[in-house]
Amino acid sequence: MATERLKDHSKESRTFKIRAILAFAVVVSLLLVLIVRMFYLQVVEHERFAAMSEDNRVQLQPVPPNRGLIYDRNGVLLADNRPSYSVTILKEEVKDLDKTLADLRDLIPITDKEVLRFKKRLRQRRRSFESVPVRFRLNEQEIATISVNYHRLPGVRVEAELIRHYPYGETLVHAMGYVGRINEAELQRVDERNYSATHYIGKLGIEKFYEDQLHGEVGFQKVETNARGRVMRVLERTDPQPGKDIQLHLDIRLQQITERLLEGRRASVVAIDPKTGGILTLVSKPGYDPNLFVTGISSKDYEALRDSRDLPLFNRAIRGGYPPGSTVKPITALAAIDTGVVSPGYTIFDPGWYTLTKGGRKYRDWKKFGHGRVNMNEAISQSCDTWFYDVAHKMGVDPMSDYLGRFGFGSVTSLDLPEALGQILPSKEWKKRRRKESWYTGDSLNLSIGQGFLVSTPLQLATATAVIANRGKWVQPRMLQGIKTEAEDGSQNLEMPEVTSVQLPRQDVVLNQEKNWDVIIKSMHDVMHSETGTARLSGAGAQYKIAGKTGTAQVVGIKQDEEYDAEKLAEIHRDHALFVAFAPIDDPQIAISVVVENGGGGSSTAAPIARKIMDAYLLGTDPLLDEIEL
Amino acid sequence: MNSREFERYMPEAHDHLRTRPSLWSYTHLDGWLLILLILLCSFGLFVLYSASGQDLGYVIRQAIRMAAGFFVMIVLAQLTPRFLGRWAPWLYVIGIGLLVAVILFGVGAKGAQRWLALPGFRFQPSEIMKLVLPLTVAFFLAHRPLPPSIKHVFISLVLIGLPTVLIMKQPDLGTSLLIASSGIFVLLLSGIRWRYIFSAVGVAGAALPGLWAVMKDYQKQRVLTFLDPESDPLGSGWNIIQSKTAIGSGGVYGKGWLSGTQSQLDFLPESHTDFIIAVVAEELGLIGVLILLSLYLLIIARGLVIAAQAPDSFGRLLAGSLILTFFVYVFVNIGMVSGLLPVVGVPLPLVSYGGTSIVTLMAGFGIIMSIHSYRTMLLK
Repeated sequence: MATERLKDHSKESRTFKIRAILAFAVVVSLLLVLIVRMFYLQVVEHERFAAMSEDNRVQLQPVPPNRGLIYDRNGVLLADNRPSYSVTILKEEVKDLDKTLADLRDLIPITDKEVLRFKKRLRQRRRSFESVPVRFRLNEQEIATISVNYHRLPGVRVEAELIRHYPYGETLVHAMGYVGRINEAELQRVDERNYSATHYIGKLGIEKFYEDQLHGEVGFQKVETNARGRVMRVLERTDPQPGKDIQLHLDIRLQQITERLLEGRRASVVAIDPKTGGILTLVSKPGYDPNLFVTGISSKDYEALRDSRDLPLFNRAIRGGYPPGSTVKPITALAAIDTGVVSPGYTIFDPGWYTLTKGGRKYRDWKKFGHGRVNMNEAISQSCDTWFYDVAHKMGVDPMSDYLGRFGFGSVTSLDLPEALGQILPSKEWKKRRRKESWYTGDSLNLSIGQGFLVSTPLQLATATAVIANRGKWVQPRMLQGIKTEAEDGSQNLEMPEVTSVQLPRQDVVLNQEKNWDVIIKSMHDVMHSETGTARLSGAGAQYKIAGKTGTAQVVGIKQDEEYDAEKLAEIHRDHALFVAFAPIDDPQIAISVVVENGGGGSSTAAPIARKIMDAYLLGTDPLLDEIEL
Repeated sequence: MNSREFERYMPEAHDHLRTRPSLWSYTHLDGWLLILLILLCSFGLFVLYSASGQDLGYVIRQAIRMAAGFFVMIVLAQLTPRFLGRWAPWLYVIGIGLLVAVILFGVGAKGAQRWLALPGFRFQPSEIMKLVLPLTVAFFLAHRPLPPSIKHVFISLVLIGLPTVLIMKQPDLGTSLLIASSGIFVLLLSGIRWRYIFSAVGVAGAALPGLWAVMKDYQKQRVLTFLDPESDPLGSGWNIIQSKTAIGSGGVYGKGWLSGTQSQLDFLPESHTDFIIAVVAEELGLIGVLILLSLYLLIIARGLVIAAQAPDSFGRLLAGSLILTFFVYVFVNIGMVSGLLPVVGVPLPLVSYGGTSIVTLMAGFGIIMSIHSYRTMLLK
């Protein structure tokens, strides 16, 4: 500007006033904009925001029910729930997850695997503001360490929850199974609502089969939470219904005794109460500690179990397939005499072998130079193979398949052991179907002495023995005695639930001639109590009458004219020792099968074990406290 | 009734006034403003108690700051506007120097560098600039013929631009916005021609894309979140969704003092600082908001009246700018919390907890009071 204008004070004042009034008008209109905005939010949209604020504040939290307890037949607690402390992370409160994890790992030991599993669980998380466990089973030292560092670990908490605990550990793992952390596939199967607070589910055995009864009903609580998910107060609560307590037929004392008797072996014992089918003891050795699996086993521990040559994870009692050997002879003999192929008095001369045709392949008896003249009773009590070869040649496969099938071979007969296998009952059709071959007479000979294609589990052997003890009356083997219910007067009752087992009740075995039961049981009696019985040593001195049958199952084929010499064979190629029995004969209370892998002879290894178990059950003795001389 | 009207209608009271100065002219304070500010501060403390999660410590610390603010206000009210004006150029130079120092040696947090640390205490030079800039621009223009020539407008814009850019660099979008507007208000009130105003608006509109290009990522994120908060409901949209929920759920009557679930259960972030209006809205409802807005409106009206009554352009422009900047605080803060504006860090004046803004604001009111108080003297 060339020249400065002069200041015109009154004009400036006027201009200012106009501008100030304009400014005030703008201020008022902008304030009106704010008021309209507030009116819109607080009046027009009030309902919506009120609902949103309520959703923020109130959370419906599921409350897990306590899992039902498991008792043995005498009321001894076999599975309970104990508080366990785990450290969890609530993601919403954590700014830098990796840093928080690193800080936490400075405080307590957390393996890389645990971190990986944590991250997997984090992805599977079902609700927001649900804390996710990082490590379980904290000890007191670790709890204290984390607690004093809470202030610098936002989002990290130590949480207590009730988790399954198996006080008997390894002893019952194959009998009861265990629970473990629920996985995605299992979540698909269960009622999502009822499991919304549950982190554990039955994975195996009884725990799996009776999951519905044991789990209980989820409870809910309406809680007011703050933005960090911390519960400020409980507004409403529906208590969860705890799972039902169940009682098994199992006798923990007998189970423990059995376990000790099998110590150091790969072996299995199943004992059944023939009257109820209740499984008194079910042992598969070696076992493992189910408590390791509840919160997730470390991969090192798991690999050790998985890769062990003794297969501790394998439930031999209900899944192990063994050639039953001579233990099936009472049934194959029954097939022969009940169908009238031979009479019980049918006698042969046993030179130690049998041939189908002169100069043909020799089917050997276990006794090198033979038993001489034997009838059926002697064939069973002395376990003469040649008598059976001869009779099997006469009767063919069909009666044997038929009778073995009626006693439960080749199918699953148990009520509540979900993992049980049916194994193999061979027949002409079976061989055609599975092997694409026709049935040879030699196959019948092998079948008659429980070798060849026939494969069964210890549970099946015990079951068949119980059916013999019952003279054909079938009882489904079962673990559950009943669900504990409390009547109004406080008295405890047991109630059998409706179970949806795929196994239909079996038809009783009805013989053509009822007296054949006596014939067969007498011969089994003679196994134990006659001077030539194979298990006479195990029957000696018994205060009750035992009916039994020994068995020795070949593991490797013995070549023609070759001799079996246990000393020369590697341990894993030695014969399996088997034994089945029931007692007392006049009022059977226990039917038992014993299978000792590579244990050698049934009479020398398996039968003494069975005798001790029967004594322990029937007489209440403890074979390890008061050694009974056998 | 103010004293000028009083004089007009009751001329016989002149002698009485001259011989026995009233309490107000003696203390150089303005009764209306003082009462309104005390009401506003009380309201602020009342809400803060709830917003801080019923922590009396916050309330006490805030009350101490307010007391300091009132003290600064009283001190500044004693100084004559002319005295302040004389110092303006020097203060401006010092202020710019401090802002440069902040960029060079400043300390801060969350990616922003706003503080100068001196032994014993630290302070925010941008707060000083909130007062110094309008002072300087008003001083500059008041001694030029008004409406300002294009050259003076240009010089004013440079004076405004320099601190604005320096503060934006820190970065502190909220404060630079407040400072820029305080300078621009001086220009607008000075009677700057409408065609300048319209062309400036046009240029600004055209410059928006350029502004976008120089914004920091977090600033861009704020704008994006503002445009669509639902796009990231758990992340950056969380604040605005929660504040709208708090406001909306308050309804007309509110959930009651201390009973706002959004604020008491920590769903509302920054509930005691920038987002405190949401606590007001949630707990005291639309009614509480209207009471608060009425207080603000009365304060602004009183400030504009004081400005209009000032004897010279310097006082008018300065008082007008300060009070309109005060309104910008209110509008931007409530606008952002209610989702009308993007989130920039501007506190709700004298209600939000914290910091230097209380002292700066009260200092501003001290200057306004001084302008009011020395009106008669200058008239003589």
